[in-house]
Amino acid sequence: MAAVDVSVLLAACLLVLGPLAVVLQRQPWLSAVVYAVAALLCAGFALVGLVALAGPASGSALVLPIGLPWIGAHLRLDLLSSFFLVVLGLGGSITSLYAIGYGRHEHAPLRVLAFYPPFLGAMALVLLADDAYTFLLSWEVMSLLSWALVLTHHREEDTRTAGYVYLVMAGFGTMALLLAFGLLAGADGGYGFDAMRGAVRSPLIVAVVLGLMLLGAGSKAGLAPLHVWLPLAHPAAPSHVSALMSGVMTKVALYGFIRVVFDLLGPLEWWAAPVVIFLGAATAVLGILLAMMETDIKRALAYSTIENIGVIFAALGLALAFRANGLTAAAALAFSAALFHIFNHMAFKSLLFMGAGAVLNATGLRDLDRLGGLIHRMPVTAFLMLVGVLAISALPPLNGFASEWLLFQAVLMSPGIPQSGLQLMIPAAGGGLALAAALAAAAFVRIYGVGFLGRARSDAAGSAVEVDRFSLTAMGILAAICVLAGIFPGVVLDAMAPVVQAVIGGRLPVQANESLFTIVPIAEARSSYNGFLVFIFVAFCASAASWAVHRFASRQLRRAPAWDCGFPDASTMTQYSAGGMAQPLRRVLGSTLLAARERVEMPEPGDRRPARLVVRVADLVWQVIYLPISGLVGAVATRMDRLQFLTIRLYLSLVFGLLILLLIGLMLWQ
Amino acid sequence: MEGLAFDIAHLLAGGMLLVSFMMIYQDRLLALLKVFALQALVLSLSVAWQAYQQDAPHLYVTAAIALIFKAVIIPIALRRIVLQLGIQRQVETVVGIGLTMLAGIGLSALSIVLMLKVTAAADAFAREDLAFALSVVLLGLLMMVTRSNAVSQVVGFMSLENGMILAAAGAKGMPLVVEISVAFSVLVAFIVIGVFLFRLRERFDSVDITALEDVRGDQE
Amino acid sequence: MAIVAALMIQFVQMLLVVALAPLLLGLVRKVKARLMRRRGASLIQPYRDLLRLMRKQVVLADNASWLFRVAPYLIFAATWVAAALVPTFATGLHFSWTADLIAIVALLGSARFFLALAGMDVGTSFGGIGSSREMMISSLAEPAMMLTVFSLALVAGSTQLSTVAEYMASPAVGLRVSLGMALVALVIVALAENARIPVDNPSTHLELTMVHEAMVLEYSGRHLAMIEIAAALKLLLYISLIGCIFLPWGLVNSDSGAGLSAYLVAMALYGGKLALGGVVLAIFETSIAKMRVFRVPNFIGVALMLSLLGTLLLFVSRSL
Repeated sequence: MAAVDVSVLLAACLLVLGPLAVVLQRQPWLSAVVYAVAALLCAGFALVGLVALAGPASGSALVLPIGLPWIGAHLRLDLLSSFFLVVLGLGGSITSLYAIGYGRHEHAPLRVLAFYPPFLGAMALVLLADDAYTFLLSWEVMSLLSWALVLTHHREEDTRTAGYVYLVMAGFGTMALLLAFGLLAGADGGYGFDAMRGAVRSPLIVAVVLGLMLLGAGSKAGLAPLHVWLPLAHPAAPSHVSALMSGVMTKVALYGFIRVVFDLLGPLEWWAAPVVIFLGAATAVLGILLAMMETDIKRALAYSTIENIGVIFAALGLALAFRANGLTAAAALAFSAALFHIFNHMAFKSLLFMGAGAVLNATGLRDLDRLGGLIHRMPVTAFLMLVGVLAISALPPLNGFASEWLLFQAVLMSPGIPQSGLQLMIPAAGGGLALAAALAAAAFVRIYGVGFLGRARSDAAGSAVEVDRFSLTAMGILAAICVLAGIFPGVVLDAMAPVVQAVIGGRLPVQANESLFTIVPIAEARSSYNGFLVFIFVAFCASAASWAVHRFASRQLRRAPAWDCGFPDASTMTQYSAGGMAQPLRRVLGSTLLAARERVEMPEPGDRRPARLVVRVADLVWQVIYLPISGLVGAVATRMDRLQFLTIRLYLSLVFGLLILLLIGLMLWQ
Repeated sequence: MEGLAFDIAHLLAGGMLLVSFMMIYQDRLLALLKVFALQALVLSLSVAWQAYQQDAPHLYVTAAIALIFKAVIIPIALRRIVLQLGIQRQVETVVGIGLTMLAGIGLSALSIVLMLKVTAAADAFAREDLAFALSVVLLGLLMMVTRSNAVSQVVGFMSLENGMILAAAGAKGMPLVVEISVAFSVLVAFIVIGVFLFRLRERFDSVDITALEDVRGDQE
Repeated sequence: MAIVAALMIQFVQMLLVVALAPLLLGLVRKVKARLMRRRGASLIQPYRDLLRLMRKQVVLADNASWLFRVAPYLIFAATWVAAALVPTFATGLHFSWTADLIAIVALLGSARFFLALAGMDVGTSFGGIGSSREMMISSLAEPAMMLTVFSLALVAGSTQLSTVAEYMASPAVGLRVSLGMALVALVIVALAENARIPVDNPSTHLELTMVHEAMVLEYSGRHLAMIEIAAALKLLLYISLIGCIFLPWGLVNSDSGAGLSAYLVAMALYGGKLALGGVVLAIFETSIAKMRVFRVPNFIGVALMLSLLGTLLLFVSRSL
């Protein structure tokens, strides 16, 4: 059996697993078994993907006699699909493992069970699709199933809003994709990807397709200004679904973008690059600023997803810029950075969402301002979250830093580009990305410091208990991936090299040849980084210092009340709150970018109400773009309302007039 | 030796741009005047270097004019005005400093890209100077737009004029007559503005030019 | 045999930085005191302080977690590794390819991350104030630093510090405005990152504007000693960094097989650079007042703008 057959079979099993769960709904063991089977099937994806990565570049293909009768469904597992299949497989299987434990707490488990396995299957089919019809169908199924999963807790008002906004945006995105593929197929209707690759297109068509892909795939991935649904929808779902949506589904959207823009569209001119780079860098900064201001832990994580998507898009834009100018080595570097960051983000964002889910399970709280002190109550979760937080803040020696480092190296290749506009823009965008990385560290110090450190701010947080073994194992595996990919980045880069070779036409030097797991993207005199040695050195120095101090100086220790400069306060509310932590940055950057306003409400003398500080932060994108559009739609709808109350004769004449118009149009066209 | 000569020209012209940014950053009036004097000093050095390089003695006169008028007389006079008006403690910006600086960076990027494109045929010295000069001019304008105090507007205007002289010095061939007449016109403008400042102060008890908007007849 | 010698030199550098760091701190304090017409404590006072702290019992807040106890060692180790990777007296050391300038900056970021978390661990209001402000300052200082790194890397064609230092010592550099801007930006970043005046005052912790001291308020004994020495190392690191990039003369290339005397001369020269940096810092600190916290962003913003502008200007001179 070829790799593609196996993966289609696995996807089909996942698609069937959902309805099967509905049939067997009375069984008490149902939830655990469904998640376990889903985990195994996804592990199968990861295995198949890994095997295929070592295989030939064209991969294996399959045509099924379903779908449109004269086309059938074309499926293919080539190198690019294999890489994303590995990401999907790893993310899906570990999330399912987590869900074995987490899913037990769901009060209506069937609402998730019916949709969860098919959702995984649909994502796999998007990756496998080799013609526009299969791709769009799987994409739409994926969107709808994730929408159903978002609405699991449909009795909550917020969730309903989130579901509505998500549905509208998903519909909009699919429409953009539909148009994009229509243009790609051209007048001859070559819906197979092979036919699209060979077609010749005018620059205008290329530009429109690029724009439509930015709208379609960008809206699913969370690219600004189409990101507004993401922080509503991702957190509204149960936590393992949030992990899957943020960690994996955004990657499937990125796959769509890469497949079309890098593969099907053919070589692009350089002007495509600045658009993508600018959107990416702006998304990164905006996303992380919003994450900094958010007090809901899951929503803050969703905003951070937007940031990471921005980083990946910026890397893809750099790859486009280099490729358009024939700088293959630099393009391979940027593209490797993008793929590596895709893999890393799957790992740490899933880990963080699982940790947030564990907190939610243990305390019932998502509001940072009521958490605190969880490091004492949930030590293992807190430790694993710490790894995730360090990784996502791009700190060495973890994996987030390795991919960020590659990206900065790619930025530094910009002098080779002849276009002066791009030359100036790329370092500026690099500055934006550095700002985003620094803000990410601030945002995650805040999330971890307020949520897990300090003293419990509510009884629920004070009486939390550690979560179950399955959840901890799943988080542990992801944390291990974060550490290992950070210490041995060369291994990951070598594994990805065939994909880069297939898409870009060049690759990074073989990293396995370097001594002691160093990564050298271009040449050693230019730059090199060795996560393994950094890890060893830091670990060695820390333990040596600790040993020496304990051995030769003092090991005495006494517990006492906190000092706090002489003014300790027993009330836990005197700790810095999440809003307080964000205040300096809100004042410095938020007042212009987010229209942040603070107002102090002082009661009149004699009034017993407490004084209040009211803080308002708004996503300007929502106000500037979405509210006017929805207002316009509303106004047009009100106008159109009149059409409901016409006489039959008027309706007939409207239809008649339209017919005449169409006929005239046809006449002019011919 | 060509390399070093170019490096020094680059250093001086770039220094002017840097001083322009310092002016945008500086929101205290007296310090602003000092920075302005510094800019004029750098300008005269830059022009003198061009004179030496191009072997054009009349540019030395330009440098001397810049040094005497702009680096000494005008700052001292403005300083006296500020002290007499008692506004040395005022801090005024219409837009935040950070945003203005960002806009300034954008403007200089624009002028650099533009000038390098437009003047592809000219020699290195001139292109260099022109790119920086346009940035200095735009930054002067930016300063006039973002400040509401009349004194800083004057300084912005003078800085704009400095940029023009830098451009002219690099472009080889501005006649001395033109230069002198420009210098005098600036002086006249300065006197007019000085008188205007005192009148403004008498009328409105402030040198904030937004006060003027209230007496415009065409509103409402 | 060559590898043993190479490892020895690397080891000497590691010991050298940690041995000199308190002395540098002592020098800065001494010069500051003299400038204020005080006699000041002796040069080796920081060593005595560290020894005293190490010998003392740790008083740990009731609520402190394991993170609070582990953090000082991690902060110290990360800073030490970073400081040992900056060329001090020699370039091309055996492990210098482990981390380039970007990685060194990020290692300092790791140290700061743990420090900020430790500040929040006990759950006091002062710890929170320190952490929140530290992260605000660093999120502006880090991009400025990265942009400075960009301009250096664009000039030298490398982010490897040894290569950068060798390039800067060669006559190919010339006078560059952008390098001057990079220097100013780097100095501002160094002041901000090391909690020096005008961003933060290292000699007080009873002030509402404090940042660094507020985070370490709950530390005592050996933990505090670790954090203090890490802070001293960080100061030394930044001065060495400025020294090796902007005063790159007298560095020995360890691949060239130079003799012991060459290394000794280079070390003496390095000591001179450190002393110069310390004295300049002390003079600067005595002649300027501390800023209000919300003026600090403007100050660091200057560094950000300068480094960005420097990068832009580089393109002018490159494309001519």
